[in-house]
Amino acid sequence: MLTGYLCLGLAYGLLMQAHGYGPLWSTLMSAIGFGGSMQYVAINLLVSAFDPLQAFLLAIMVNARHIFYGLSLLGKYKGLGAARLPLIYTLSDETFSLVSTVAPPEGVDRRSFYLAVSLLDYSYWVIATALGGLLGSLLTFNTTGMDFALTALFVVLFLEHWKKPENRPAGLIGIGCTVLALVLFHDDLMIPAMVFILAALLGGRKKLCT
Amino acid sequence: MYLTPVQTLAIILAVAAGTQITRWLPFWLFPENKQPPAVVIYLGRVLPPAMMGLLVVYCLKDAAWLTAPHGAPELLAIAVVVLLHRWRGNVLLSIAGGTAVYMLLVQTVFDAGL
Repeated sequence: MLTGYLCLGLAYGLLMQAHGYGPLWSTLMSAIGFGGSMQYVAINLLVSAFDPLQAFLLAIMVNARHIFYGLSLLGKYKGLGAARLPLIYTLSDETFSLVSTVAPPEGVDRRSFYLAVSLLDYSYWVIATALGGLLGSLLTFNTTGMDFALTALFVVLFLEHWKKPENRPAGLIGIGCTVLALVLFHDDLMIPAMVFILAALLGGRKKLCT
Repeated sequence: MYLTPVQTLAIILAVAAGTQITRWLPFWLFPENKQPPAVVIYLGRVLPPAMMGLLVVYCLKDAAWLTAPHGAPELLAIAVVVLLHRWRGNVLLSIAGGTAVYMLLVQTVFDAGL
């Protein structure tokens, strides 16, 4: 978990630096925006025309998986009172995968255990980003093409979903609808693509539900 | 830096707001152990793979598809990612390998002399 966070966080800080955003900006984005892959996508938003509405909608769609995580953690986080605030604020893929598979050890309070997992994950990510941003201002190698790390990340995540045959139709819908939106709308593909995907998923619900 | 600091901050806050909504929504909608409607559970299951497909295509939108090299470096690097991931199944190796190949391709073979 630590290595994964360190590498992706470092790469994020480096990429932000390569796009002219120093360690302060990348760390700020990690601390406030905290959302792994969405932060990578946001690099594109930071270097194109100013469009906060698109950023907002995109963040909801990209992070829609959190809704699913939240639904399955409703029970585990029940009755934790104020501790739920930081737990929900920092809910991430890594925290979810850990909390949903590992039970709190004997003698350890459930609240402290969940809080420790969430806050450690959060601080790893923020620190790694800051390090990446600082390193990026020291390194001077040719970073042309390093953006591809983002594409590669999504290809890998796509492949992880692809392992389960029941995910494949939805994955193909995602690719097909977005290619269609790209052909029709060029640079403004994002929102039409999301509409196409929702329509296709809801329209094909009976077939996909099997 | 392409945006002003105020605009950058606005984007950061917009991203944070959107992200936070996705985290809080289920806890707002289902305060007790109320069973969520089937359509929500369904979307929670099928949206993640679909979104990954969207993001892959979105990342490739600026590739030169209609002119030379017709997306060749992107497609080659993606093939490397897929092969590496099939072979070892190591997330970091797949990302680092694919990115290294892509950087090599665009800085040497497909260098348009930018």
